[in-house]
Amino acid sequence: MSLMSLFSRRTSAPVARERLQILLAHERGIVGGQPDLVAVLREEILAVVARHVQVERDSVQIRMDRGDSISTLEIEVEVPTPKAERVGARA
Amino acid sequence: MAKIVVVTSGKGGVGKTTSTAALGAALAQGGSRVVVVDFDVGLRNLDLVMGAERRVVYDLINVVQGDAKLPQALIRDKRLDNLSLLPASQTRDKDALSEAGVARVLEELREKFDWILCDSPAGIERGATLAMRHADVAVVVTNPEVSSVRDSDRIIGLLDSKTEKAERGERMDKHLLLTRYDPARAERGEMLRVDDVLEILSIPLLGIIPESEEVLRASNVGSPVTLNNPVSAPARAYADAARRLKGEAVEMLIPSDRRGLLGKLFGRRAA
Repeated sequence: MSLMSLFSRRTSAPVARERLQILLAHERGIVGGQPDLVAVLREEILAVVARHVQVERDSVQIRMDRGDSISTLEIEVEVPTPKAERVGARA
Repeated sequence: MAKIVVVTSGKGGVGKTTSTAALGAALAQGGSRVVVVDFDVGLRNLDLVMGAERRVVYDLINVVQGDAKLPQALIRDKRLDNLSLLPASQTRDKDALSEAGVARVLEELREKFDWILCDSPAGIERGATLAMRHADVAVVVTNPEVSSVRDSDRIIGLLDSKTEKAERGERMDKHLLLTRYDPARAERGEMLRVDDVLEILSIPLLGIIPESEEVLRASNVGSPVTLNNPVSAPARAYADAARRLKGEAVEMLIPSDRRGLLGKLFGRRAA
């Protein structure tokens, strides 16, 4: 194992090759069926949330990890509680 | 039957202009009538690499807009009289090129030449799409480096969708020209190997141009590397690529500049 990691640290070309293969699979739309599926999902999910609650674009945390077989999209939206809203309405 | 070849890459600085000049000169050395056309409007450089920068009077835009006749704008090479250059404009911008105008000029060139090599600007904007629009064949210039390979992939997508040939439902003939290749670094696992790039881009290989000092030396003096030092490694690699472009079967080798032991010891130092 340590021998392997020593070896892989020395050669960067296989890393380049793997990064490209994953990236291009996404850009070509092979993974997910369309070129930037994750970006489309992000926009649509935010639009749905925005229809019901006021969402500050700055308070939305989006993390994405595009992997070989699985990609994850994490969207964290701060939804104002009804209590806070009432306070806001009175002010 | 004249062939229009677009030399393209997406990414800048990978060797499109060098390759256009070298392939154009190699084809002309083989006896064909060749014109190299600079599509990089506003940032022309093919004239400089060809050593014709002081002879530019009219350019592609003048011809497209009808301000000059094609024969007035064509600059005949001083070394090979079957090699010509159609320069780009340095002052105008790419919006001055109309699609119909470019098509008309290319049709006129088809009557005078066997090979029309279009040097594409970098990027995927109008200039690049116009350069590839009417092509019969595409040479995709790629460095064995991640950003270049990614951009080449993007350009291949455009070649398969935004060209006239693609829109007619025909298959665009695409070839990979791998430039600035260093076999020793690839062997050590420090650089993407030829088969890595081929596997990722999956288009046929036209040639492998080794990294070489000769390329800069040639551009310094304004001469395509295939004319400046025909026996040098990149010149032989380009000459082989030009023959493959003509449809000849040429064994795929990576030429190297043979150096003596002392040359090897001291020549590698700077790298």
